[in-house]
Amino acid sequence: MFKHESVETSSALLVILTLVAISIGGLVEVVPLHYIDDTVEQVNDPETGLEMVRPYTPLELRGRDIYLREGCYTCHSQMIRPFRDEDLRYGHYSLAAESRYDHPFQWGSKRTGPDLARVGGKYSNEWHVAHLKAPRSVVPESIMPNYPWLLEQPLRYADIQERMLALKRVGVPYSLSRLEYEGGTTEEGTPVVGNLETFGPDVAPLLDINQAEANLVAQAETGNYDGDPAHLTEMDALVAYLQMLGTLVDFKKFDEDHFIQAR
Amino acid sequence: MAKPVKDPLTGAETTGHVWDDDLQEFNNPLPRWWLWTFYATFVFAFVYWVIYPSWPFFGTYTKGIGNSISYKTDAGEEKTTHWNTRALLANELQTGSTAMRQKEYLAKVAAAPYEQIVENTDMSAFVRSYGKGIFGDYCAACHQSGGQGVPGLFPNLVDDDWLWGNSPEQIEYTIVNGRHGFMPAFRETFNDQQLDDVANYVLGLSGLAADPVKASQGELIFKGETGGCYYCHTKDATGMYSQGAANLTDKIWTVANVSPRQSEEKNLAAVKSVIANGIQRQMPAWSSRLNPTEIKVLVAYLKQISGAD
Repeated sequence: MFKHESVETSSALLVILTLVAISIGGLVEVVPLHYIDDTVEQVNDPETGLEMVRPYTPLELRGRDIYLREGCYTCHSQMIRPFRDEDLRYGHYSLAAESRYDHPFQWGSKRTGPDLARVGGKYSNEWHVAHLKAPRSVVPESIMPNYPWLLEQPLRYADIQERMLALKRVGVPYSLSRLEYEGGTTEEGTPVVGNLETFGPDVAPLLDINQAEANLVAQAETGNYDGDPAHLTEMDALVAYLQMLGTLVDFKKFDEDHFIQAR
Repeated sequence: MAKPVKDPLTGAETTGHVWDDDLQEFNNPLPRWWLWTFYATFVFAFVYWVIYPSWPFFGTYTKGIGNSISYKTDAGEEKTTHWNTRALLANELQTGSTAMRQKEYLAKVAAAPYEQIVENTDMSAFVRSYGKGIFGDYCAACHQSGGQGVPGLFPNLVDDDWLWGNSPEQIEYTIVNGRHGFMPAFRETFNDQQLDDVANYVLGLSGLAADPVKASQGELIFKGETGGCYYCHTKDATGMYSQGAANLTDKIWTVANVSPRQSEEKNLAAVKSVIANGIQRQMPAWSSRLNPTEIKVLVAYLKQISGAD
């Protein structure tokens, strides 16, 4: 019979079998990455054909950074699983497409607080401000910590273009050149689909790195997320981020069958 | 194969290796139960791979055998597909036992007028428990679990005072479309004297102690063009549902923190602050999250907990 001893005493056999074991582990982890696009549903508006899931606007992106900095993900997930109880409590299950521009994704692994995948639009801005400042003022049984400094700290956004460039490098379609914005053909004659065509004229300007700072300030001013239009604070950014979570896909426009067929 | 080497002291089998003169290693086998459980997981994995979707395979994957699920599309077409959690969820929401029981009641509630829902024991018991769930998920964050609201921020729903109307249709409209409560800030329009006058008038409307001279001055501002308060609050100060303007004569304070139990100065300061700073309140629209039947259940539930007409 085959004994482990014979493997341990033959270095050649040990090397070969170790390589086989590592290769299996490696292949299982690496190969699916090459087919990951097949698992992401196409979510295009049935009327306009535009992609519904867009990258974050500059303000939302800064809000997301603050979400990460404060460690919100340690207690809040952003992943509604296709179970009846979750569907009833949180809404439609999360789609792969909805976190395609998240680097890293915020699915989380533990729910000490509720899932936030579809918290956008569920509560008013005033509620979010009151809740982040002092959670127990609106939810008496909450065990969430207070985050009062968000209202006091001015939002730093001098490096917003660099932040967007970094994400662009890992595949988020923020546009830098005219070609990436409008589309057309490169000098070599390769056709390029611009953001204008993919996301439409309303969204494309928000994804333009060159206009990032102006867009960020404009969104904070129109949105007035923290109730204080005079100051651009970290609260503005975080609430802007929370208010868009899970709102990009309008499920009323789709037959549920569309998403089942994607599986 | 070499004969097993035994440790002379314990008689247990060793690997036969000896280091540093006398250091040896026991060759203890794994417990039998552990080993068989380990092998059983192999068998389980193979069975699982066959039945359920598992192995990715160049752009597609093995879809499982003998394990299909039927569901209905929104258009009503019956479809059958390989096992997957999305189809399973659709199937459960369409034909699961809880869903079926709820569906029966939801259909009844959807068809009945509000008076009948409240009078019928069956339906009103259903509304009480199902509505409580919806209210807890969507409304309680602001209006609190008992509907008592947060003073100054989120309206109390159980105090018999309604800003936007108390008929089922008006409440329904509020839930479907949301509301934007707005009162302009008067700190630029009024000087401190005028603020004081109007605040005294408003407090006097509720029978709270007020300076009669100041109050009569305030009344002129309230009912005149200087303040124009009557546009929304009406000349009787009874408020206007269409503007979400509060009734100022009913002794229920929806925004300012006023109470007959606290000092006059405190009450005056509270009312002045509201007039000076105005009000900006937003209730989200729920039509994209709740379907019409769920909203109807919610309205009926609100009628139950608040005693609305």
